[in-house]
Amino acid sequence: MARIFAYIMHKGGIVDDSAFELAASARKIDAAASPTAILSGWGADLDSACNNLGASYSEIWKIANEDLSYPNAELVRKALQKVLPGNSIVLIAHEHFGIDLAPGLSVKMNSAFVSDVLDVAAVVGAELKVVRQEFGGQVSTHVRCDISSGAVLTIRPGAFRATETTAGRGIVVDKSGEVGSLAAGRRYLGTVVAEAGDVDITKYNVLVSIGRGIQEKDNVVIAQELADAMGAAVSCSRPVVDAKWMEKSRQVGSSGKTVKPKVYLACGISGAFQHLAGIKGSPYLIAINKNPKAPIFQVADVGIVDDILEFLPELTNKVREMRNAAAK
Amino acid sequence: MEILVCIRRVPDTSENEIELNSAGNDIERDALVYSINEPDNYAVEEALQIVAKIGGSVTVATVGGEDDEEVLRREMAMGANHGVLIADEAFSGSDGRGIATILKAFVQKGHYDLILTGVQAEDGGAQIGGMLAAMLDYPFASLVNSIEVLEGQKLKISREIEGGNRELNEIDLPCVLSIQTGINEPRYVGMRGIRQVATVPIPTLSTTELGISANTVGESAAKVQRVDYFVPSPGNGAEILHGSREENIDKVLELVAAKGGLK
Repeated sequence: MARIFAYIMHKGGIVDDSAFELAASARKIDAAASPTAILSGWGADLDSACNNLGASYSEIWKIANEDLSYPNAELVRKALQKVLPGNSIVLIAHEHFGIDLAPGLSVKMNSAFVSDVLDVAAVVGAELKVVRQEFGGQVSTHVRCDISSGAVLTIRPGAFRATETTAGRGIVVDKSGEVGSLAAGRRYLGTVVAEAGDVDITKYNVLVSIGRGIQEKDNVVIAQELADAMGAAVSCSRPVVDAKWMEKSRQVGSSGKTVKPKVYLACGISGAFQHLAGIKGSPYLIAINKNPKAPIFQVADVGIVDDILEFLPELTNKVREMRNAAAK
Repeated sequence: MEILVCIRRVPDTSENEIELNSAGNDIERDALVYSINEPDNYAVEEALQIVAKIGGSVTVATVGGEDDEEVLRREMAMGANHGVLIADEAFSGSDGRGIATILKAFVQKGHYDLILTGVQAEDGGAQIGGMLAAMLDYPFASLVNSIEVLEGQKLKISREIEGGNRELNEIDLPCVLSIQTGINEPRYVGMRGIRQVATVPIPTLSTTELGISANTVGESAAKVQRVDYFVPSPGNGAEILHGSREENIDKVLELVAAKGGLK
């Protein structure tokens, strides 16, 4: 089995949670594997990140380079091309940086590429069999991958359970000297922080969250009326923001807000993993969707197969009745 | 600016429930409604808006078969100037690398300043744009959610990163960008628009015209292959309420109250 590497994201000296999940996925590919971590960056942040990996990796390759102070995928790719041995298996978290880096890296390494891997089903010789999802998680697939000339795999965050990190730490190997100066046709200018928006959905115990099933902008009021009656806020999934029916600040998900309510009413939301990634703290999840196959039903506590455009107004009326009765 | 947008026709999940066929080797395709892959449609709209501002032309291309002509025509009805179908028996079974190899050959037959793809297809791997860029040695950026054309063969772009933040970059042309949904509001295409382009000829290019050797594409060259489809086990899936709507509403209220949600 070829050597397995995991490219580790870090920020402010802290490694991303995915670092430990990548180690777990490496061991699922090869139980005997002693995966090697690769970290790139600059200065004290990089050093403290290297020292924060515990014993998940027996060896840690450090690429210190001022050009890599910010993880510009175009530059990181060039650095990795210089240090990675041929036929390597390279694991990267499937999020915005991995999506940026991994496909091009596989071309330059002349190796196989599979994105968004959820599980490893089998390894037989030079054939790796992994599990992916298609159509927003409605169906899964087994994918066969010839790793005889290496592979680049992006791993879905949360799909592999991080193994407990034992005390100690791997040996740090400084690879900086192999890289030299880096330049690319894409230059990082800065980061624009998301606007706060009118309502802070992270502050509510109950969220009435709407997805594509709300169908049109004029229907958003249906969810708002329910939220008002319940003392909740309306949040939403990506398609609602894409369609400009609600502001970006209302979006729950990996590219939106992370919320920790007590109760989450998912209304007409299919349940893509990018959306679920924004729901933390295990709220009580009630899903209402007219598609009985919607993936949201796989993760919800309670599910109702119904049309939200009819269900929600009736629910609102009932809440108001209850409130009025209690007020008397 | 000469812009190429690589597009795909895919089953529309907002119109269909995706189910397995009886053999379990594919999804049931007979009754599916197909449409343009959603992010690709945003990419075409973005290309049209750039050309409206600074001039140029928009070409849409897809690797596929005869059935895929309909999405080329749909995007031409939106305003794309040219449509090209890249089709050959030899392409069948290509993995992402194979598709990128085909597109690379097509790009090198023309002259494009900017190449756009959608960020991902529903049954895809968010891979074609990044692979194509690496093969052409063009700069690449994924998840792009704004584009501004600068002087001197450059763009200022933003990428969607975590928490709704945006990463700003300057990128040299020619380049490849993968476009995220929500970057713009794609224009509506009516039946009338589609009728107007119904008879515009769409050239079909194959391995011969593109000078692709058949052993670099298709099933034999693919290092990655889908073996089967299956439905994930529901695990500890939701308890589905089977009562009447009124009963379900009462149950929801009871549950929300019990979880501390109705104070």
